[in-house]
Amino acid sequence: MKSKVLQHLTKPIITTNPVVGQVLGICSALAVTSKLETAIVMALAVTFVTAFANLAVSLIREQIPSNVRIIIEMTIIASLVIIADQLIKAFAFGVSKQLSVYVGLIITNCIILGRTEAFGLKNPPLASWLDGMGNGLGYGLILVLVAFVRELLGAGKLLGLTILSVNTEGGWYVPNGLLVLPASAFFLIGLLIWALRTWKPETGKE
Amino acid sequence: MLGHYLNLLVRSIFLENMALAFFLGMCTFLAVSKQLKAAIGLGIAVVFIQTLTVPINNLIYQYLLREGALSWAGLPHTDLRFIGLIIYIGVIATMVQILEMILDRFVPRLYHALGIFLPLITVNCVILAGSLFMVERSYTMTESLVFGFGSGTGWALAIVTLAGIREKMKYSNVPEGLRGLGITFIVAGLMAIAFMLFSGIQL
Repeated sequence: MKSKVLQHLTKPIITTNPVVGQVLGICSALAVTSKLETAIVMALAVTFVTAFANLAVSLIREQIPSNVRIIIEMTIIASLVIIADQLIKAFAFGVSKQLSVYVGLIITNCIILGRTEAFGLKNPPLASWLDGMGNGLGYGLILVLVAFVRELLGAGKLLGLTILSVNTEGGWYVPNGLLVLPASAFFLIGLLIWALRTWKPETGKE
Repeated sequence: MLGHYLNLLVRSIFLENMALAFFLGMCTFLAVSKQLKAAIGLGIAVVFIQTLTVPINNLIYQYLLREGALSWAGLPHTDLRFIGLIIYIGVIATMVQILEMILDRFVPRLYHALGIFLPLITVNCVILAGSLFMVERSYTMTESLVFGFGSGTGWALAIVTLAGIREKMKYSNVPEGLRGLGITFIVAGLMAIAFMLFSGIQL
């Protein structure tokens, strides 16, 4: 029984990954990944919001009339996003400036509304919380992977620390300018999808 | 003065294209671009809503939420910016609903053509992002009207182009695992690079 509940946490991380499997929440996955730091903060924020939105919706799922459920879900999500936004502003102001509008846009991140609709409304609180957590982590995994490649090969750094010394500062590494550009995120996610579907063909059948 | 607005328009359509430079509205961008016809319908709906909601949220921000905005009500020190997110999404949902009813009553043909896309727009992040960018860059009323129209048009342009490419791509021989979604990402990436050629254009 215990392992069955835990499956809700582990399954979305790889097998039904929200980004590459179900293609949800792409906007921010692409936009905040030019640096590892912003990607990590964003991943944490989204995990927090998905987990607790799913929990909250699941707790009141018996009381929600189905014709106004979207509005209720949106209100819960928006309130959680405001909390996350205020927390990021308070403890990581620099990062919050770099994330700019993308924190607010967590509201319209389809992973969250999708999970509350598909899972939170029908399942008990603990399972919903774990499911939200798992989906947030699955999303975060992709974010961190893409950001890792982009920051390492695009700027020769990780979390602001120099890993590959860049030739403009007298090092040996010629940074790949393409990876700093927004377009590279498209390519990286495209290649990730390719890799995942070749490895596990059952993911994301259209 | 007119030049300033024209410049803003060109910038919001091409340079700062919502889809290809800021990755906004990606879910719908990738999901609804399979057919050209659907893409055009959705594009028009986005332009509509965007042109309406950005100026309305601008008014709300200017006269209700901004720090000191409530001084006309005798509350000069109130700063309600933190509830902005809920208000904007509320305005968007309401506007979508109202537009739906108006179209249904007066232009039923357009209403049926747009179909399911109209309600879906509420959760399209382009719309919310339009309002958030408006606040972040502190646009005036006229500027936000121009920006709303421009950013909506830019997004519509991008999705219609992508849909056109994807329709043609049916005849191409794409590697197995890359088929469908994977190749769409690559195409969108190439389009983003193509749109970068516009950078530097100024009127």
